[in-house]
Amino acid sequence: MRTFVIAIAAALIALPAAAAEVQLKKADGVDKVEGNCAACHTLAYIPMNSPFLNAAGWTTEVTKMIKAFGAPIDDADAKTIADYLTKNYGT
Amino acid sequence: MITRRHLLATAGAGAALAVSGLPKFSESLAASVGTSPGVPEGVNSYVTMGTLPGKKPLIQLSDRPPNFESPIEYFRTPITPNDQFFVRYHLADIPEIKAENYKISVGGDGANGQVELTLDDLKKMPAVEVVAVNQCSGNRRGLSKPHVAGVEWGYGAMGCARWKGAKLKDVLDKVGLKKETIEISFNGADGPVVDKTPDFIKSIPVWKAIDESTIIAYEMNGAPLPHFNGFPARLVVPGWTGTYWMKHLITITALTKPLTGFWMNPAYRIPIGIFPIAQRFTSQEYAPNTPITEMVVNSLITSHRDGAKVSAGKVTVSGMAWDGGYGIRSVSVSTDGGKSWSSAALGQDLGRYALRPWSFDLTAKRGANTVMVNATNKIGQGQVSDLIFNGAGYHNNVMQNITLTA
Repeated sequence: MRTFVIAIAAALIALPAAAAEVQLKKADGVDKVEGNCAACHTLAYIPMNSPFLNAAGWTTEVTKMIKAFGAPIDDADAKTIADYLTKNYGT
Repeated sequence: MITRRHLLATAGAGAALAVSGLPKFSESLAASVGTSPGVPEGVNSYVTMGTLPGKKPLIQLSDRPPNFESPIEYFRTPITPNDQFFVRYHLADIPEIKAENYKISVGGDGANGQVELTLDDLKKMPAVEVVAVNQCSGNRRGLSKPHVAGVEWGYGAMGCARWKGAKLKDVLDKVGLKKETIEISFNGADGPVVDKTPDFIKSIPVWKAIDESTIIAYEMNGAPLPHFNGFPARLVVPGWTGTYWMKHLITITALTKPLTGFWMNPAYRIPIGIFPIAQRFTSQEYAPNTPITEMVVNSLITSHRDGAKVSAGKVTVSGMAWDGGYGIRSVSVSTDGGKSWSSAALGQDLGRYALRPWSFDLTAKRGANTVMVNATNKIGQGQVSDLIFNGAGYHNNVMQNITLTA
């Protein structure tokens, strides 16, 4: 295990941290999405769940993250995030 | 809010990917991954093969938390090798546990006492082995029509292993259960990133907990469990979906009241009455929903992918069938769209909880050849031809209908 940990450390130094992270579409609100959602889970969850959710569907997901999972996101950011997801990853 | 352990776990996951071959946002890579036909389009926009430490390449749906499914080619043997076994986590804080520091604490208001067990303590108890399918409740969720939110699994959120461990019943006997005990709950060492996120804690009814086949497994296919499959020990609940198979098991609690919490309700529930489910979890039944319990009968073609090219003439199509522990009675194949059915040959029987191999020889004609498969279990349950839709995308056992082109 120690060898592995060292290998990881070396790899981290050699590569930009974002190399393995999904890049979201650049659009209004993407900073709020990256800043809030990525704290607990990969941003891959967003394209994974696309493009079949409508505005109500994405709002339900954002609300679930706050109410059920305790994500510390204020109301204004929650709306920005749901709007971004609907516009860029919704139907 | 964000713990140090979380940051370490995150760095580890990212680095593991980096070491394994630089997944990139590339169509050519996504095309080579072989996701199941029918998953949401968005999956194919980013998905790659990813290699976790100690694993062969798996279909990487997410790295944090790690959710990796097995390509169908990994199910060509009734035992899924440990390094090809799928990985599923809800929460991203996943500690590395050293065997020598590992302890399970057993107690609760439904127990007469309390005890702590080390890994050595577990191994000194009478050992039992069971070959059993471990399948995520949401396996095939990505194939739901319409699509539903969640991890968009194709066919590969499952595997079958020979599990060895101590009977949960024997562990519970060490503390003794009160007669009013109704459920046994389980917690693993993995946890949430944010303190307010509910920890993943699950319970099963006492009758299932004391079943002779329900074990705390410390071996998988003759080796220690891989880290990402629950090292040092996990619960094995044969017949029931993976949600109950707690990984990195550290706490066992006997309860005289039903367990509450997000992961018992509203999560992991199915509408009452729409599936042919025989095993009930009555202390958790709150209409209109009930907890998911045993797996529905199902089958998978593993010899060919949909759309595969074959040569005209004899083609052997093969795969696996399984169910919630009644055992597979027969597997039928139709090459005329379901009008007529013929029996497939069944392979090695590793027990009623195991994957059961089957194979069928057909004569492929030039052009398109369709192949449908339907497994039947020993209590007469079969697969469905139309999806039984439910909001969480559980229990998808729609018969496959693939096309082979000669």
